[in-house]
Amino acid sequence: MELYNLTAHELNQKIKSGEITSDEVIDSLDKRIKSVEPKVNAYVRISEAKISALNSASKGTLEGIPVSIKDNICTQGTNTECCSKILEGFKPPYDATVISKLKKAGAVILNTKTNMDEFAFGSSTENSCYGPTHNPWNLECVPGGSSGGSAACVSSDEAIMALGSDTGGSIRQPAAFCGVVGLKPTYGRVSRFGLIAFASSLDQIGPLTKDVRDSALLLRAISGYDPKDSTSVDLEVPDYESYLSGDVKGLKIGIPQEYFIEGMDQEVRDIVEEAINKLNSLGTISGKVSLPNTKYAVPVYYIIATAEASSNLGRFDGDQYGFRARPKEKIKGSLIDMYEHTRGQGFGQEAKRRILLGTFSLSHGYYDAYYLRALKVRTLIKQDFDRVFGEYDCIVTPTSPSPAFKIGEKSQDPLSMYLSDIYTISVNLAGIPAISIPCGFTKKGLPVGLQILAKPFNESMLFKVAYAYEQATKWYAQKPKL
Amino acid sequence: MSIDKHIVEYVAHLSRIDLTTEELEKISIQLGSILDFIDKLKEADINNVNPTSHILPLNNVLRQDIRGESLSAQKALENSPEIKGNFFKVPKVIE
Repeated sequence: MELYNLTAHELNQKIKSGEITSDEVIDSLDKRIKSVEPKVNAYVRISEAKISALNSASKGTLEGIPVSIKDNICTQGTNTECCSKILEGFKPPYDATVISKLKKAGAVILNTKTNMDEFAFGSSTENSCYGPTHNPWNLECVPGGSSGGSAACVSSDEAIMALGSDTGGSIRQPAAFCGVVGLKPTYGRVSRFGLIAFASSLDQIGPLTKDVRDSALLLRAISGYDPKDSTSVDLEVPDYESYLSGDVKGLKIGIPQEYFIEGMDQEVRDIVEEAINKLNSLGTISGKVSLPNTKYAVPVYYIIATAEASSNLGRFDGDQYGFRARPKEKIKGSLIDMYEHTRGQGFGQEAKRRILLGTFSLSHGYYDAYYLRALKVRTLIKQDFDRVFGEYDCIVTPTSPSPAFKIGEKSQDPLSMYLSDIYTISVNLAGIPAISIPCGFTKKGLPVGLQILAKPFNESMLFKVAYAYEQATKWYAQKPKL
Repeated sequence: MSIDKHIVEYVAHLSRIDLTTEELEKISIQLGSILDFIDKLKEADINNVNPTSHILPLNNVLRQDIRGESLSAQKALENSPEIKGNFFKVPKVIE
């Protein structure tokens, strides 16, 4: 057993007792990264030199623990590029609030960032200007996305824990594909100050970890009110670890029939149904529920998310930071020409598609038919959840309709890629919290994820149920062979 | 179904994105099939339903009007492709 194999809570104990130092953990990670990174490509802009930390550890709940950070979360003085050419060379002049909070908790921030789909646009981490990340369980498969680098580095033991961001499933779906724990907090739980915005009514930052206890530790460290983010909510942050009792007796679990549909992978279905039986054997009471507007979630999402993205990405124009197209013969030299060429050359294909779709649905003549209609259907989706949570403590579903797919399999067909987020998107539209935990493997050895959903600001419920299931099954003990 | 290329050209101009002819062709087809899929929303009954633009019941979040820390001009200009003095330098706006 090497130090890089351990969880944050295991390492933290050893560091606190003086048995090991934080530097030894970083050395161990460096060794692991050097040996498997050429196969996985979970990190970007990694240098030949030893990985290093942006700060030295201080005392706190995460004392001495290295944390890997997605490339869309600002780290002062260290490149943050959203894996996009248009942000090449960008060194933020400030830390995101989650980074300041991690430093305060004693965590060590690594100086190399994790790979992602450009601007978090994607479900496979293939849309990165640094090339695709490979799934540690099968290198021919995608790790999911957009936080594919963060999920893959935790799964391959190239990280102890990581932060990702989730707009429509970008933490949970890669967590499921890579066999790790991924949590999307309630909208408003974690400050987004310093997260490069994709869709501001949906985005949340959250943890990707090896087990549920680490998820609880990391979420607590980054949560809380921040005056710099007007959507962060001033509510006390519970001690999530105190909910890891393993006792789930009498909890009522809703199983939405719309999530077990024709066309979903049969093996995934069997494995998830078995997981629900396991939970019931631990004392939960499950019942069938209906979320009838589920079928509208993907279309609603692709209107709202792209509309917000087209506005948020307006700031990338070559004016103040990042890439600027240099005058060529073709460029007449006016400001508008510079913008159009900078954006034409700086954005990748998926980014262009989404900006165009978003601009279209907000444009004169289409606004009511597309954007306003989507906002209204969003209300219906939220009401579905309100109704079910009136009766049930949580909802349990598969995280994704299939296990990890092959690299290249869906990259030419945007629509089939969008459908791989069919079970995760509603959660963002309704603003509720959800966690994905490993619940088994397919015959070909690919991990399958179980998704648990709860009421707003009830992450404690997620931890309670997830921990009981995890301790009864211990899927986390299985590691990919690299 | 493909959408009219003129619409895509117009939207690309609104978005300030220069597309190649090849991209214009491909994206028109892709946006067409995405919009066909999105048309599913026409089935939903949205009579008397209010839009949700935001999940939290927050309105006009204000702060005290007190000066806080901010970036120096020099720091704010550090990432700029081109500067002149304390300003971002861009191509001519008015000919």
